[in-house]
Amino acid sequence: MFRFEAASTSPGEPWLNIAIFGAFVAITMIIVFRASRNNKTAADYYAAGRSFTGGQNGSAIAGDYLSAASFLGIVGAIAITGYDGFLYSIGFLVAWLVALLLVAELLRNTGKFTMADVLSFRLKQKPVRIAAATTTLVVCFFYLLAQMAGAGGLVSLLLGVGDQVGQALVITVVGALMILYVLIGGMKGTTWVQIIKAVLLIAGAGVMTVWVLALNGFSFSTLLDNAVAVAGNPEILNPGIKYGVSEVAKVDFLSLGLALVLGTAALPHVLMRFYTVPTAKEARKSVVWAIWLIGIFYVFTLVLGYGAAALVGADVIAAAPGGPNSAAPLLAFELGGPLLLGLISAIAFATILAVVAGLTITAAASFAHDIYASVVKKGKPEAGAEVKVARRTVVIIGVVAIIGGIGANGQNVAFLVALAFAVAASANLPTIVYSLFWKRFTTKGALWSMYGGLASAIILIIFSPVVSGSVTSMLKTEDIDFAIFPLSNPGIVSIPLAFFLGWLGTVLDKRREDPAKQSEMEVRSLTGVGAEKATEH
Amino acid sequence: MGNEALSAQDETAPPVPYRAVQESPEFQRLRSKHRRFVFPVLAACLVWYLAYVLLAGYAHDFMSTPVFGSINVAILLGLAQVVTTFAVTTWYVSYANRQLDPIAEEIRDEIETGAAFTAEEVTR
Repeated sequence: MFRFEAASTSPGEPWLNIAIFGAFVAITMIIVFRASRNNKTAADYYAAGRSFTGGQNGSAIAGDYLSAASFLGIVGAIAITGYDGFLYSIGFLVAWLVALLLVAELLRNTGKFTMADVLSFRLKQKPVRIAAATTTLVVCFFYLLAQMAGAGGLVSLLLGVGDQVGQALVITVVGALMILYVLIGGMKGTTWVQIIKAVLLIAGAGVMTVWVLALNGFSFSTLLDNAVAVAGNPEILNPGIKYGVSEVAKVDFLSLGLALVLGTAALPHVLMRFYTVPTAKEARKSVVWAIWLIGIFYVFTLVLGYGAAALVGADVIAAAPGGPNSAAPLLAFELGGPLLLGLISAIAFATILAVVAGLTITAAASFAHDIYASVVKKGKPEAGAEVKVARRTVVIIGVVAIIGGIGANGQNVAFLVALAFAVAASANLPTIVYSLFWKRFTTKGALWSMYGGLASAIILIIFSPVVSGSVTSMLKTEDIDFAIFPLSNPGIVSIPLAFFLGWLGTVLDKRREDPAKQSEMEVRSLTGVGAEKATEH
Repeated sequence: MGNEALSAQDETAPPVPYRAVQESPEFQRLRSKHRRFVFPVLAACLVWYLAYVLLAGYAHDFMSTPVFGSINVAILLGLAQVVTTFAVTTWYVSYANRQLDPIAEEIRDEIETGAAFTAEEVTR
């Protein structure tokens, strides 16, 4: 494996990279400390007192969403597989229209801290909350694993830490830092880390984009010609290198496309961000900001991907420690030497740190608010107990993420993220849509849809080629093969199935939900009456 | 047990007659304006996106046609997806600001000042 030779082949200056990263940690830590002074109540801790503006929250959403998979993964995918990598970008972006049009404002108006607040609003509290908290924890866990696994691979390239023990140590440090941010800063601190990271990431990518274009006479067409010349293959401009090889691959691509576009509006850590603004109108503004920032960033990735193909070359990238994930850092080295590499590396680390922090606080809030406060304590926890439980959960999740991250080190980041999207779209989206828009929807429908979607997505993944059957699978051997499901992304089966189960459970349910609750939810979701207000300090 | 979010309301305020509000013509107008925009627009966007995904998967030759220099149909259609996403976002925001927010605000004011939706309406 690449990681053993990493120490000797790392470009740039590891100490410079560490110094720049250290400066980032120091600056954000100060900001987190300052921001955390007012963390008194649960609303402060989970939702930052609902005091962020639409612009701030939109930047934080972009910071949350543009994970290592987006930056390192997509640039690398375009550099190596050409156009097929860009297809990810489009799916990730168009998905925001579902969040904007169907979910963001209505969710802000009806919920308090978590996704389960909305899903259980007019249904039976206890079972629906437990189901929603379960799907939240599972999705966050998959997403966390992806980020922590990405941290390990990145380290081998950027810091020249090549051996397994050294990488495990770095994953532990990243995890410990993340625990510290979330423990001290809560949602407010996490949000500021995400805002800073988003600004750095988009600015860094923007500078590199202009630089790459300048080297090609500001002609995108010339850049493409150069990329083709270096690759020696004109097909990199066309779709199909990765997903056009067989009929199964084409269906697999459709499945991936479906999971990407329907997953975003069901990601718990994205949904939770809508509670950090004072009103539904600000929630709308935040999505608009997020769409612009994310969209512009993905256009940058197109230039950076082909730029890496033209200036670095796919062969060099594939042979580098970290493989395709190293395309963006190597391009930075090619353009601006060790200093730009150091800056881009620090940004990539910051990316992982910020996303991991956002996931952790979402999972902790879901456990403390949905399971502990609402189910165990029946909605009446002692004063301060909920936040205490949330803080303890942060530590537990952090430790689990560190252990899982060390275990998943070396796995494909983009695949793990796409998997989290598929699980989210299957387990959460049908119930979110039905409970907001379908009057007749019942508890049985919600439970069938959530558990059915979750179980079908995970079972199909277990029996897919990504887990067993080849040397590139998780089990890394051809000898064990139980891959009876041909697609690597389950979305095309599990998402329609979850929608169907939600419908079937509802029409078979003899119980009727309380119509008064339905009236209340509908009126509140559209008008904002009785919505949670910003806390005052 | 109830939803915790309820307790956030002022304890002394009279309960809001949600049923009456829901049945009022103003609210019905808001609801239909919201749904008549978001459902068709979102459906159109998803169809447009799926068409793009299917073209990328199955219409290889069409997508590979060069248009400007080396820039081909695939890249232009990809960028077109970005442009339509931006356009729909802007369109929705202006629609919501002009068509949805004023009605929602009016209903909210009426509920909060208790001007309308009186007990008579509830019992009716």
